[in-house]
This record gives sequence, structure tokens and C-alpha cells, in this order.
Amino acid sequence: MSKQSFSTWYKSGSPWVWLNAGAVSISVVMVVGLLLLIAVRGLSHFWPADIMELSYQEPGGEAITLIGEAIETEVVTALRLKMTGVDLPEGQVSAERHLVKVGNRDYFGLDFRWINGPWVGEINYPENLVSVERREWGDFFGYLMEVKQQGKIVASGDDAWAELQKRLERSNNLVFEIKKIEKAEIGNINHGLEELRLRTRRLELDGVAAGSVQHLEIEQERKQWDVQYAGLQKQLSDLNMALNRDQMIIKMSDGREVEIPLAKVVEATRPNAMSVWLKIRTYGHEVWKFVSDDPREANTEGGIFPAIFGTVMMVMIMAVLVTPFGVVAAVYLKEYAKQGPMIRLIRIAVNNLAGVPSIVYGVFGLGFFVYYLGGNIDEIFFSAALPAPTFGTPGLMWASLTLAILTVPVVIVATEEGLSRIPRAIREGSLALGATKAETLWRTVLPMAAPAMMTGLILAVARAAGEVAPLMMVGVVKLAPALAVDTIAPYLHLDRQFMHLGFHIYDVGFQSPNVEAARPLVYATAFLLVLIIIVLNMAAISIRNRLRENYKASEG
Amino acid sequence: MELTAKQQARNIAREIDLGAMGRGVSKLDIAEETTCLEVKDFNLFYGDKQALHGINMKIAKNRVTAFIGPSGCGKSTLLRCFNRMNDLIDSVSINGQMLLEGSDLNAPSVNVADLRRQVGMVFQKPNPFPKTIYENVAYGLRLQGVNDRATLDKVVEQSLKGAALWDEVKDRLNESAMGMSGGQQQRLVIARAIAIEPEVLLLDEPASALDPLSTLKIEELIHELKDKYTIVIVTHNMQQAARVSDYTAFMYMGELIEFGATDSLFTNPSQKQTEDYITGRYG
Repeated sequence: MSKQSFSTWYKSGSPWVWLNAGAVSISVVMVVGLLLLIAVRGLSHFWPADIMELSYQEPGGEAITLIGEAIETEVVTALRLKMTGVDLPEGQVSAERHLVKVGNRDYFGLDFRWINGPWVGEINYPENLVSVERREWGDFFGYLMEVKQQGKIVASGDDAWAELQKRLERSNNLVFEIKKIEKAEIGNINHGLEELRLRTRRLELDGVAAGSVQHLEIEQERKQWDVQYAGLQKQLSDLNMALNRDQMIIKMSDGREVEIPLAKVVEATRPNAMSVWLKIRTYGHEVWKFVSDDPREANTEGGIFPAIFGTVMMVMIMAVLVTPFGVVAAVYLKEYAKQGPMIRLIRIAVNNLAGVPSIVYGVFGLGFFVYYLGGNIDEIFFSAALPAPTFGTPGLMWASLTLAILTVPVVIVATEEGLSRIPRAIREGSLALGATKAETLWRTVLPMAAPAMMTGLILAVARAAGEVAPLMMVGVVKLAPALAVDTIAPYLHLDRQFMHLGFHIYDVGFQSPNVEAARPLVYATAFLLVLIIIVLNMAAISIRNRLRENYKASEG
Repeated sequence: MELTAKQQARNIAREIDLGAMGRGVSKLDIAEETTCLEVKDFNLFYGDKQALHGINMKIAKNRVTAFIGPSGCGKSTLLRCFNRMNDLIDSVSINGQMLLEGSDLNAPSVNVADLRRQVGMVFQKPNPFPKTIYENVAYGLRLQGVNDRATLDKVVEQSLKGAALWDEVKDRLNESAMGMSGGQQQRLVIARAIAIEPEVLLLDEPASALDPLSTLKIEELIHELKDKYTIVIVTHNMQQAARVSDYTAFMYMGELIEFGATDSLFTNPSQKQTEDYITGRYG
């Protein structure tokens, strides 16, 4: 009887429905779970956490006061604690221990510290505890005592906070101005001087004697640049002087009072005194700083804007390169080539290209694009700059090209698929009106296959944006001195090295000395990378859907 | 407006009479017509297989010629030779002659695109491009480099009127042609074909995928178009051939069995095979 009903159940097909639905739900759960994990871990980092002040005394040790943020809590066994030299009271098998970010790395050595639950005493959250984000050495926690101007106290006690905020705004404005001069104007002068150097070198290569009219001209221009540079130098030193005017005195948890120049401070907050609304605003501000600022402190502090910019730039240049190339190749394979064993072989080869490990493309890119192509371009067009390479070194252009050949099979396959779906009747209709084959392709077939090309592009973008291994060889660096786009002609510098979110994750996560500080940044960067890929894909998908609407072919 | 079956039948019957009146009472004779297309000893092979055997016929200018015959008899293949659509199939080879206005259309000097402008074609299944109605009709002209808006407007209107479609679509010229009904699409394809003013219009079972009312409209249209164009139509439907054509060719197994004025072929066939076919004994 039960055997009967099992076989009826089996034949009814519902096991398959369950199996399929199960597979789908497992995929959905995994994707959503992964996204949630990195989102929660990454985004919670920016929340202005309360700062606690706690007393802590290990058996036989001195009573100390700690100030810091609670990062995480874990339960460990007595045995493990014993191995770190901590003995639990008799009979207790496990205990909690807490990771506290105590900051003040320049004074404490380490800015994270594990403390054991059983010996934690009283915990307070005093409202006047200050968290200082510094340009160097990480965060600083303590009580604000005084604000000084050139060594003289201008405010102390309760007035100090308001005074500090006022003066911080001023110092941050000065920092901004200094940065602008250093990056834009001095960059401009450097560029000008480099041009002059190259011109001199070119004259030498052409055999123009020293002291000729051209040399004198260059000398003249160099003098002009020097004058400009001296002016800027003066301006800069004035600004720096003004910047170094103010200091603040902060008391650390161990009672020492420390002087911090305001020039080194990004901002100071009192999280314990913040309302929820203010915390939300601060949170938004912190997230914005993360996506819009340059990195500091070996990438473990500050923002990741150059990496976002580099990733998007590289993917877009790759898309611009790969689409025409892939489409043209697919059109030839599908429309013009005589179908036979040769074409079948080529098609198999193209499909297999998609399965080659990406690091192999990286090596190929380095050998062929960077050294061979780039080296030759340098010899022909940039000989004056040699031996310093221009294109003969890893850079944005070569990275995009390498990824383009990595993703071209996807575009070819998708386009071919699209071309073969165009009904024969449509082509015949066009030919019967006196169109040549090329006209038919351009006016009817290719527009109708455009959604399929977009599908290929979407797959290509998704793959390229997540690729890291080949990029490490052909252009990605830990810290790029300048973005690939700026105000100096030709505005888009394809020869420059760039930063990439994927590589940034690797670098921050595995190459950084400060593991605890880097961990949330790894999650946040990963989340951002996923977000960018999703945004790029959504854009491509919406374009494809629009095209589909336009060319809703006679599929019915 | 709903028509009952009886009314429809009456309408169609009247249509046949009107068609007969349109052709005139005088007997047609192919020898007295101006020749538009001439086929001489024409053979066609798909690879090794011969599909057309020694075809000889003349197609009269400004008349409607119908090809009838059972499936696979080669009537569509022959039709597709008139504008060299068979060039697209790699395995096809031909010999014999096919003359358009006296010149060989298979000669190496002939530009196929030009030929297809002279000899337009409408297929069995409506195949509008996924563009607007306007752009569908303007397609052929744009190919010839005509991009002047005023000229295009004029030609689009004339062609749609010529295809008896203007009144139905004049308010939605910029909507996609894919949203039209099958019958409208087929008339749009005819409008697209006549927009470039061909001399000959080849119709490959133009009404076989359509409902009876749309079929009727297409047949009316063929009547109107024959003043300006030489029309060759392939059809499975013998009543349709009888209604619309002046001359009829009956083909069987790749051979032309009988060719003559429609009236005499249907009322007094000279070949036994023709008689068997039109009386429904096979095919």
C-alpha cells in the first residue's frame, strides 16, 4: 500500500518540483546570506559606537582604567585562556572575553586589546569622552582638557569643546587648500617641467647643439615655471604655518595628558553625547567619507575613492573595447564565414578561451601588451622619455585590454546566439527590397540582435569587475599617486597605474599590519564592489530591456 | 460589424463576378500580350536533385499570373528565381534563361540589389521589420539614399493608400508594426514592396496565413495593383487563383504541365493531370 503511494507520488512529478524549488531556494539563501553578511559587517563599522570607560584588574595585577569601543565578544574555554597565561577560578570552564578598541596607537603600541570578562569592573559611558579621528596613528580616545593657540590656552573645561569644533573647521579648510595647491597647481608645474625635460632630450636626440635658440627658449620657460613654483612654495609655507597654530590637550585613560596638533585631526566627536538622529547623520557622513576620500595609513584608514574610480574606469574602457571587437568577430563567424570544419574549430577555440584561468591572461598581458606592444610604442612615440617607460609599464590601458581579451568569448558567443535567433523571413524581407547583405545587417539584423549583444556585455562586465589576479600584473597598484582622469591634457591618462576594489580587498585584508582595523574595511570594500557590479549590471540590463521593447521581433 | 457566413459567402461570390467583369469579356491570348518575363528551358538543381525541369513560359505585362500545383511542385522555387532569392541558398545551381524585359537577369553584369528593386516580393508569412509603420514603408527608399522628409511622407502615404491600409493606420504611423494584425501586416509588407515602385510584384502565397476577411482584402488589392504592376502569385487555393488571375500555370513535380488563360484552364483543361488536380482527384 505504502509502496503503491510512493510510486504514485514519484510518478506525479512532485519530487522534481521539490528538487527544483529546493535548488532555487538554496541559491537564493546563499546569495542573500552572503550579501547580508558583508553588508552588516562592513556597514556597521561606520556607526559612531559609544565609548566606554571601564576598570579592569587581573588577579595579582594593578587596577587600570581603559577607554575604548567594544568591538566583539567571544566565549573561550578555560584551557585556551590558560595557554595565554590566564587562570580562571576553580570550577569555571569557560569565560567571555572582549575585544576593545583602545586607540592611541602611538602611546599604547596596539590599538586593540583583548580583556577577560571575569575581571571587568564598572563600565561607564561619560558624555564628555571624545573620539578623535587623526590623519596619522588611527583614532584617539580621551577627555578634552584644553585648546591652545601657539602654546597659549584659549579655552579649557566646558568651553573647550565648542572652541575645538570652531578651530577644527578652520584647520580642515586649510588642509583642503594645501591639498589643492599640492595636487593641482604643483602637479601642473611638475607636468610643465617634465615637458621641458622631454623637449630638451628630444633636441639632444636630434643633435641640436646646446645654446641654440630652442635651448634658450626652454631655459626661459623653465625660469617662468621656477618663479611660479617659488610663489606657490611661499604660499604653502604660509598655509602650513597657519595650520600649525592650534593644539589640543587630551587626557588618556592612564591619566597622561597629551598634546595633539589640530593639523593632524580630521574630526572630533563625542558619541556618548549624541542623539540617535545625530548618530545617523554622523553615520551618513562617515559612509560618504569612506566612498569619497583618498586612503591613508597604508589603506587601513580613510576612503577608497581612487579604487572605486579605477574599477569603474577600467570596466568601462574594457566594455568600449570588447563590444565592437566581439560583435564584429561574431558577425563574421555567423554571417560571412563559410560554415565548415574550420569555423567549427574556431568556434570551439573561442568557447575554450572562456575557460582559460585568468592569471594566464595576466601573464600574456604583461608579456605581450606591456613589454612588447608598450615597449614598441615607447620606442616609436615616447623615445625622449626613455629609459623611463610611458606605455611600456603596467597601466590602465593594458589592464582594460587584458580584460577585454578575457571577456571577448562571452560577447562572441552571446552575439552569435542573438544573430541565429533573427528569423530568416526578416532577412529575406530586407533583401527583397533591394538591400545588400551589408545593408541588411546594418539596418535590420544588428539592431535586432542588440539585446543579445547587451547580454554578452552584461556577462563580460560582471566577470571583468570581479577579476583581480590578472590585474596585479598589468596595472593595478596598492596606492596610485593620481587618478587616470585629471585636468592636464590629454585628460584621460591610459598609461597610468590605478587602484581597484578587488585588489584593495586583498591588500587591506592580507597585506596590512593592523589586522583588526582592516577587517571591517575588507567587508565594507567587498560590499561596495558587489554594489558597483550590481549597479553596472542594472544599467546594462535596463538598456537591454529598452532595446528589447523596441525590437520585439516577430517571435510570436 | 459581424457578418454571417451566408453574407460572407454572398460577398465572395459577388467578388468573383466582379473579378470576371474586371478582366473583361474578351478572351485573353498570351500571344497578343506584351511580355514582361520570359523563361526559356530553365532547369534548377538543389545539389544533385533537379527541382525544375525545362520550364518555358511567358508572363504578360500588367496581368496577374497564378502558379498552382500540389506542395513541392516547384512553384515557389520558380517564383523565387525571378528576383534571384535562391542565390541565398548555397547548393542551388541553374541553367537556362530567364529574361526580364528581354535581358537575362542571371547575367553576371546584373546587380542583384537593382534587380530586386525592379522585382519586388511578398512572402507567405507577414514579415514586417520591428520598426515603426512609417519606417517599414520608408525602408526601401532609405536604402536608395532618400532621406528627405517630405518625399518620404508622400511616398509612405501613397504606398499605404495603394495597399488599402492608409485609413487604418494614418493616425499611428509612428507605432511599431509588430502591433498590427496579421492581415494588416501583410498589406503593410505589400505597401513596403510598392513604395520602391517595382515593375513586377511576386506574391508567394500571400494570403495563406490569413483569415478569410483579410484574404478578401488582399485579393481586392491584387485587382487594384495590376494596373500598375505585373503580378505573379503562387497559391494553394484554386478558387483564389480563379478569382484573381488572368493567366494560370499548373505545375507538377517540377514541370510546367499547362499554362494558359485562367478561364480556359479552369473550364477546359487540355491536360489530364490538370483536370485531375482542379477537380480535386489528387494534390
